[in-house]
Amino acid sequence: MISGFFVFNQKGEVLISRLYRTDVKRSISDVFRIQVVSNSDVRSPVITLGSTSFFHVRVNNLYVMAVSKNNANAALVFEFCYRFIAICKSYFGKIDEESVKGNFVLIYELIDEILDFGYPQNSEADTLKMYITTEEIKYASVAENSSKITVQATGNTSWRRNDVRYKKNEAFVDVVETVNLLMSSKGTVLRADVDGHIVMRAYLTGTPECKFGLNDKLVLDRAQRGNSQSDSGGAVELDDCHFHQCVRLEGFDTDRTISFIPPDGEFELMKYRSTTNVNLPLKILPTVTEIGTSQVSYIVTVKGSFSPKLSATNVVLRIPTPLNTTSVDCKVPMGKAKYVPAENVIIWKIPRIQGGSEPTFTGTAQLTSTTTKQAWARPPIDVDFQVLMFTASGLLVRFLKVFEKSNYNSVKWVRYLTKASGSYQIRF
Amino acid sequence: MSAGQDAKFFTRGKIQVRPAKRVLSLHPQTPASFQEFRQELQDAELKDKKFVKRKTVLKKIVANITMGNDMSPLYADVVQCLSVPSLDIKKMVYLFLVSYGRSKPEQIRYALPSLQQDCNDRDPLVRALAIRTMSYIPLPAVTKAMIDPLRHCLQDKDPYVRKTAAMCVAKIASYDLKILEKEEFFPLLKDLLLDPNPVVVANAVAALTELSEKTKSVSFGLDLQAASKLVVALADCSEWGQIYILDSLLTFVPQSTQDAEILTERIVVRLQSANSAVVLTTIKVLLYLMNYMDDRRAIEVLCRKMGPPLVTLLSSGPEVQYVALRNILLIIQRRPTVLRNDVKAFFCKYNDPIYVKIAKMECMYRLARDENAHAVLAEFVEYASEVDLDFMRRAVRSIGRLAIKIESLADKCIEALLDLIASKVSYVLQEAIIVIKDIFRRYPGKYEGIIPTLCENLDALDEPEAKAAMVWIIGQYANRIENADELLDDLLYTFLEESIEVQLALLTASVKLFIHKSTSETAKNLVHKVLKWTTEEIDNPDLRDRGFMYWRLLAINPAAAAEVVLCEKPAISTDTDRMERGALDQLLLHTGSLSSIYHKNPETFIRNVRGKALTDSPALNEASRKVLISLPPETHLTIETEPPPLPSRNAHPQSPSLPPLPSATITPTATAGLESAALSPDRLLNNNDEEDEQEDESSSDEGDAGSTNPNHGKNQMRDPYADLDGAFGSYLNDEPKPLEGRRLDDDLLL
Repeated sequence: MISGFFVFNQKGEVLISRLYRTDVKRSISDVFRIQVVSNSDVRSPVITLGSTSFFHVRVNNLYVMAVSKNNANAALVFEFCYRFIAICKSYFGKIDEESVKGNFVLIYELIDEILDFGYPQNSEADTLKMYITTEEIKYASVAENSSKITVQATGNTSWRRNDVRYKKNEAFVDVVETVNLLMSSKGTVLRADVDGHIVMRAYLTGTPECKFGLNDKLVLDRAQRGNSQSDSGGAVELDDCHFHQCVRLEGFDTDRTISFIPPDGEFELMKYRSTTNVNLPLKILPTVTEIGTSQVSYIVTVKGSFSPKLSATNVVLRIPTPLNTTSVDCKVPMGKAKYVPAENVIIWKIPRIQGGSEPTFTGTAQLTSTTTKQAWARPPIDVDFQVLMFTASGLLVRFLKVFEKSNYNSVKWVRYLTKASGSYQIRF
Repeated sequence: MSAGQDAKFFTRGKIQVRPAKRVLSLHPQTPASFQEFRQELQDAELKDKKFVKRKTVLKKIVANITMGNDMSPLYADVVQCLSVPSLDIKKMVYLFLVSYGRSKPEQIRYALPSLQQDCNDRDPLVRALAIRTMSYIPLPAVTKAMIDPLRHCLQDKDPYVRKTAAMCVAKIASYDLKILEKEEFFPLLKDLLLDPNPVVVANAVAALTELSEKTKSVSFGLDLQAASKLVVALADCSEWGQIYILDSLLTFVPQSTQDAEILTERIVVRLQSANSAVVLTTIKVLLYLMNYMDDRRAIEVLCRKMGPPLVTLLSSGPEVQYVALRNILLIIQRRPTVLRNDVKAFFCKYNDPIYVKIAKMECMYRLARDENAHAVLAEFVEYASEVDLDFMRRAVRSIGRLAIKIESLADKCIEALLDLIASKVSYVLQEAIIVIKDIFRRYPGKYEGIIPTLCENLDALDEPEAKAAMVWIIGQYANRIENADELLDDLLYTFLEESIEVQLALLTASVKLFIHKSTSETAKNLVHKVLKWTTEEIDNPDLRDRGFMYWRLLAINPAAAAEVVLCEKPAISTDTDRMERGALDQLLLHTGSLSSIYHKNPETFIRNVRGKALTDSPALNEASRKVLISLPPETHLTIETEPPPLPSRNAHPQSPSLPPLPSATITPTATAGLESAALSPDRLLNNNDEEDEQEDESSSDEGDAGSTNPNHGKNQMRDPYADLDGAFGSYLNDEPKPLEGRRLDDDLLL
């Protein structure tokens, strides 16, 4: 298991260092600094030197690093690093050098709590916040209170306090889908799939019991048959789904119901993957021609293939140019396009594309002559976008029911968002 | 104290408080600077409302500990602060104790009373904090003082205290096992397995698992009943606890296939967890239990269920993706139906980190078969023009490997390789030549027509491996290459400067040329020249010996020489780069761990780790028993050796890579780094050889040596196909592996 846990800044200075086992020394951080921080070509997140292994995750300008002297569970170590990052974000709103330095005493308290002898312990931010806070807890009067906390921290709903109160009971469900697309230069789809995340923000009183239903195929086959209020194309086939630990997996296994007691506030209820019938919201039609060795001409059309009532926002196309490009003249009907020499791309930003519209970029890149024989590698065109109230998989939330013993009414909101960032790639 | 304001204690070299600065940069040991810290602490005692002042000084001290400045001289003064009734201050003091307690054994007595008192505090959080802190200080005095409190805490009414206490037992065991045995703590710990609180159970399981790996006095093996109880606790414990419990299920040896099936049914639902470590650990247990199952259909169902979660792991963070990919590589070798139809999920994104891309490409190669081969080839061709050199080269190699693996695609692959050669990019060219050599051997008589194209690029080759490959091609097909003698003659100009690899190839090629064209005067001169060089001017014994051998062969019986040198070579197949089944079964017991990333058993690269192996039982299925690898009777590894250069795909516990030295020879703690390092390599080598022989003998007693012992040096001599290893060995050498584990380095780290 984990022998030591460290946080470094960009320069390799130690911001947090905590040892959990006597088999490593504090100076182990120097080894990491030499091997990873000051190494410009790190080709693995795990490095093993002798019997000592370093696991690191980079986040913003920091290195979060765990060191182990045995055959540690690598997946667990990385998950723990991710969790540490998530907890910091939950506590400080962000994680960077400034926030770590500004709260280092608190972080020491946290990592003393969430890692014992190198074994991760309860690490639910919501529960941790009950007893590890920035405010001084009054020393004498806490014993009874503490018992509540400890029961909470070790209980079977360790993610939720039982004293939550809200005047207005609300639950927000965000279905966020990230589309992964890889299109070949011939225009065939090599790979198109959807990573879905269902994020819930629950502001509900007491210990509510929630039931959640989707239009995924198995649910529909069983319970929802004949319930044809929606004509959105019926069932969606999910390849796989994973749940927050609050969801009772046993229930899901037997009858596909998703039932749970939610943590207070925001959490990721579920993630899923779908590979069948993916609706690609944007179609990209590139024509890129190399004219001799001195010019490249571009005609790139973006087509919004979704209902005209919807629109794609924050669309950014990154169109690669050869390394020896000197200038590009760009013509666009909407948005702004410009050549960014430092990254060898043309960036075309379109604030909004209505469904059905087809703006086209035309441009010519001027090249200088070079001596290198190597042909231009033609990296793919990359597109980022967001489409509200649209799911590429066709997934819909059928219902969210909240039961609580005081029987209050709750208001539920559902939003859908389909987006791509760095994952929508078209070769040409 | 408001949040987020602590950074000022931290600014390196710019600390506003003078004493701290001096501590930092000038004279860390000067009493004067500590004097000032001390003074500050004392001053803080006056008019310290809400202890804000003292807290500030303590924060400064903690910041200095973090920055690596020795704060231990302040020990007594810091401990003094324990009298302040503030939990924040207490926590900081305890952190100080954890950092320096060990180095000040004589002063711990100032802190002990307070710690002991806290062990009996009304507040369970404080009780837990106190025993946790004490257990982090490896001093006999502390251990002694906490025996009684710990015993109470293990039976505390508060589950939080019990779960903390369980870990404390494991901690103490890491530096003082005897006292735990004497005080009979292990039975107490085992009692916690039946605790009503699942979190306590999980920590007890984790502690026991670790202890059982360390000492014989704790054995931890589950029977069906115990395993079932733990599985029930799974549902209610934290995700981390689930991992510890799932892990412990590997100690359960099913006695009937039914036991195994029941258990798989009950844990398979954990595949839906959002935590990748839970998913991988579940897969580990499932794969393990599948060895004890017979029902093909049930196994098939499990395999189908494993696929989707594995693919989903590929949308986690890149680090977890990497772990998943390295594991997938192992899993699909053992259970080829998993992910059979999912090759597209492994197509690289342009912006994937390089380590993810490389691992994905390897998976794609493994998953390639007739049905999807075209798509895979198209991807590889795409990657061959990417920016990263290493990635590009691997892509070219993979195209060649694909040609060797899938016959129906060979034509297309050759076409692709020729296109790449035409691009004249040096690295691409070199890789292409290397793989084409292998393709020739896989499909004799089919593609030799492209040799002229290859010869055109002779001058561009500057890397030994590529050059040797080209020389091999020239020699092998000397009868079809008209100007073979000229080409060789050119190459021989630099013979004496070439690397050994190329020299060996040149020697053999000249001999082949001579046999092919024995009438040619040039050929005769060439071979004569080379033989003279190798036998008279070369120091390398391999090369010299080979030179002598050829010379005599040619001198004594040229006809026989022709037969030997130009004999028909066995065709290459891709079977050689597949890991051996028994070794896979064993390696999969480490799914998700470091060992699964390096594809090596942990005992081969980590010291003081015991290996794992499948345990035989009536339920073990035939297929798994046939290749069963059991651990050598005593595998106490006390010395780390350099990881072997991976001669073949195996990760065999009995292979020479694992020298089970008697623990008495050298213990790492007993010898100071340098001396032992200077001594040991020889001894290790000797032991290696002996061990190797012993192993061979013992395994042939079992009667099935050939199949269970794939890669011993001896085997290689026996096996006519053995030198094919070279054809693929180089790919395997590219695998991620622990950095050269010199023992010296390791000692420095300690």
